[in-house]
Amino acid sequence: MNQLQNFTKGFIKENPVFVLLLGMCPTLGVTSSAINGLGMGLATTFVLVMANLVVSLIKNVIPSKVRIPSFIVIIAAFVTVVELTMQAYLPSLFESLGLFIPLIVVNCVVLGRAEAFASKNTIVSSIIDGLGMGLGFSFALTLLGAAREFLGSGKIFDTIIFPEDYGMLLFVLAPGAFIVLGYLIALINRLNKA
Amino acid sequence: MEYIIIIIAAIFVNNIVLNQFLGVCPFLGVSKKISTAVGMTGAVTFVMVIATMVTYLIQTYILNPFGLQFLQTIFFILVIASLVQLVEIILKKVSPSLYQALGVFLPLITTNCAILGVAILTYQKEFNLMQGVVFAIANAIGFGLALVLFAGLREHLDLMNVPKGLKGTPIALIVAGILAMAFMGFSGLV
Repeated sequence: MNQLQNFTKGFIKENPVFVLLLGMCPTLGVTSSAINGLGMGLATTFVLVMANLVVSLIKNVIPSKVRIPSFIVIIAAFVTVVELTMQAYLPSLFESLGLFIPLIVVNCVVLGRAEAFASKNTIVSSIIDGLGMGLGFSFALTLLGAAREFLGSGKIFDTIIFPEDYGMLLFVLAPGAFIVLGYLIALINRLNKA
Repeated sequence: MEYIIIIIAAIFVNNIVLNQFLGVCPFLGVSKKISTAVGMTGAVTFVMVIATMVTYLIQTYILNPFGLQFLQTIFFILVIASLVQLVEIILKKVSPSLYQALGVFLPLITTNCAILGVAILTYQKEFNLMQGVVFAIANAIGFGLALVLFAGLREHLDLMNVPKGLKGTPIALIVAGILAMAFMGFSGLV
């Protein structure tokens, strides 16, 4: 597989959210607005790239019996880095993402890529894979966030499209997350088939 | 009274799956049949209560006195991962029948964000040990309630004539949305 395909597969064809259905908790939990979705996506992308890099560097040193715990420790270290950096420089985003920042550790997308890709491939293709998957994840979260923000409050990235009074509050609340994601997955399935 | 408020808030008002979005992966993954949903609930309850107790003790007696709060994420996930292993080994020896019932679900629990989520929430809400345990039990019940209800709905959904494009995950998510809407009726209760 060439590197371009390796990079672009995460967007539609093997999108972690829409197609593989991984990492559902942050997907549903933080996407009440487009900017939250994007922030969460980029934080996860950083962890994905760094974890893939380190795992592929030391893949020959880790005994295969303890590989999963070692992967988790590597991932947790980078999540802590993201957590502290965001708390220092982006406190308002940190507030609104809240509990879901430490929970990147248990995001199945990150562990899944470390186990399924980085532990078997070279450093360069692991980094590209992490970047592609991470941006695909960010794309999905931003799309879902934008759709919910638009339907719920008539805004996209805080740009007013129609007055807030006409928005359906339901879409910003919990049930809207499930419903919008359901229809988006149906749409992506249709696109993938065509 | 204080415990009753914690319990009602955790089960109904801030339901861990339908309101907080923790543990959505097993919620979608093992909800095809009611029997597997019940098994998963048992395993989650077991691990969640023990994990909350152990992480509370580690937070109070190791991380806080030595000023190591920034290691919280790493410590907690390691504790949960090793705890799951430990529970699996002990169950196999002590109660093979329970191991048979819960066995397949245990390895899945390490990456269930509900466990880590409840452990961190217990610390963030500044509960003491007893409140933390009650909080964990109530959240496990809330998880079980949502999971079993959803599994029941999905069993019926198999027999329905769903439009082709919505078959499978999309319709399941939309049904989960309607279930979440029903749970919104509890808001303001506490």
